[in-house]
Amino acid sequence: MPDKPGSRSSGFDRRAFMAGAAGSALIPITARAASEDARAQATQDPSLPVEVTLRVNGKDKRLSIDARTTVLDALREHLKLTGSKKGCDHGQCGACTVLIDDRRVVSCLTLALAAEGQEITTIEGLATDDRLHPMQQAFIDNDAFQCGYCTPGQIMSAIACVKEGHAGSEADIREYMSGNICRCAAYPNIVAAVKQAAPEIMKG
Amino acid sequence: MAVQALGTAAAANDPLTKAAAQPLAGGTTLIDLMKLDVMRPTTIVDITPLAHAWSAIAPSGDGLRLGALAKMSDVAAHTEIQRFYPVIADSLKLAASAQLRNMATLGGNVMQRTRCNYFRDVSYENCNKRNPGSGCAAMDGVNRIHAVLGTSDQCIATYPGDFAQALIALDAMVEITGKAGTRSMPFAQLHKAPGSTPDIETALQPGELISAFSISGRWPRSVYLKARDRQSYEFALSSAAIALDVQDGAIRDARVALGGVATVPWRAREAEALLKGQRFDEALAQRVADAAFADARGRRYNSFKIALGKRVVARALQQAVTMEI
Repeated sequence: MPDKPGSRSSGFDRRAFMAGAAGSALIPITARAASEDARAQATQDPSLPVEVTLRVNGKDKRLSIDARTTVLDALREHLKLTGSKKGCDHGQCGACTVLIDDRRVVSCLTLALAAEGQEITTIEGLATDDRLHPMQQAFIDNDAFQCGYCTPGQIMSAIACVKEGHAGSEADIREYMSGNICRCAAYPNIVAAVKQAAPEIMKG
Repeated sequence: MAVQALGTAAAANDPLTKAAAQPLAGGTTLIDLMKLDVMRPTTIVDITPLAHAWSAIAPSGDGLRLGALAKMSDVAAHTEIQRFYPVIADSLKLAASAQLRNMATLGGNVMQRTRCNYFRDVSYENCNKRNPGSGCAAMDGVNRIHAVLGTSDQCIATYPGDFAQALIALDAMVEITGKAGTRSMPFAQLHKAPGSTPDIETALQPGELISAFSISGRWPRSVYLKARDRQSYEFALSSAAIALDVQDGAIRDARVALGGVATVPWRAREAEALLKGQRFDEALAQRVADAAFADARGRRYNSFKIALGKRVVARALQQAVTMEI
């Protein structure tokens, strides 16, 4: 995150510090792709990082990470894509919602190794050529966020909700968006935003 | 231990039995409990490659076969299931959140662990499920969400799943695949009540995976009703899966299962017996509801579930009787 203009930077990167801290019980995981030397090594010595390639917003990213790393932590801590938020880290709040192969999922309960070979779309991947995605624009038009912390997850979830065909009524929107909670209670405006963006998104 | 070896069922179970490994499908229970240190596997095997063979939803005989690696969301949205097995569609649709339903599989959903606050908090050493013989913190603790049926003096943890109630109501069979091959058993025999061994939750042996569920017949007159603290995205305080065969106003066959109130998926057979051959009215609904909870035992904070559960059964029955099919 860029420092505010005029502030003094200590050079201390909180995220880099946490990423370096040793883990406790380590678990080798055999993932979907063909076994490589590094992965075979990891099954003998679980403290070794494993190599994984994640395809994020259309770009392949090679990572060397602890086998237990979630997609959320891979995005935030290793790829510096901090748009996806860690609200509860237990799949209960939806702030970490991303699209994997166009389906909305909670990235905090998805292991990065298990997402190899799949297309991950995050909030950072929505806008094109400095033009906002219609759902992003609708959230602005309808004042659909206050603190903004749940908002990236809300937007990702809302796009999928519309494409699933679950935004046909306000009742449907509320029910099918129930996996995204908002402590600021921006819900009425979120529903309005989804309603506004739905026709344009359905048109493709 | 390349996962590519998981192309066949036999090979699938080699890595599982060799290392006493934990299978990973959607991860919605496993990763959650690993973060809480409740589950601490030393080896995990991603079984999702098996989905190419184990995720089909297809007619089978006069009924239905559901691959265990089908996603909850796909099954809930399936038009044939919505039409001929609404209790199944609703038990899936009313569960979890849209994101979780996209990740979670049928087999994994059925295997989910209890939400008991003490089970999920390893700072409580006294949990007979996690540490056999250590005692049960919930017995004299905050036991609002705990079970009133199927409990023992060692464990009162509620089985929280919804889909399992539809399966047990419809007499589903579960197909289990292991190193030795495939076996089938009534789904009703899969889960084990806590008794004196709350740490043993199912009949699965090490290395075995659920590969499919099968249901015979069609059940268009069926309902899943779920009462909970929030309107959506919350576990059941009390739920009922009802399936009826009604001809000329008389109930020829009735299935009743209860969620949110028991330690395992719960079939209320005494209640069903009262319905057979009868014409429905409110008095009958009340008798059925009373029978379903006749053996219920409340604790300090969960006795309300008995009255609530009876109302849920009665209302679900009424919905099943009056629904248009």
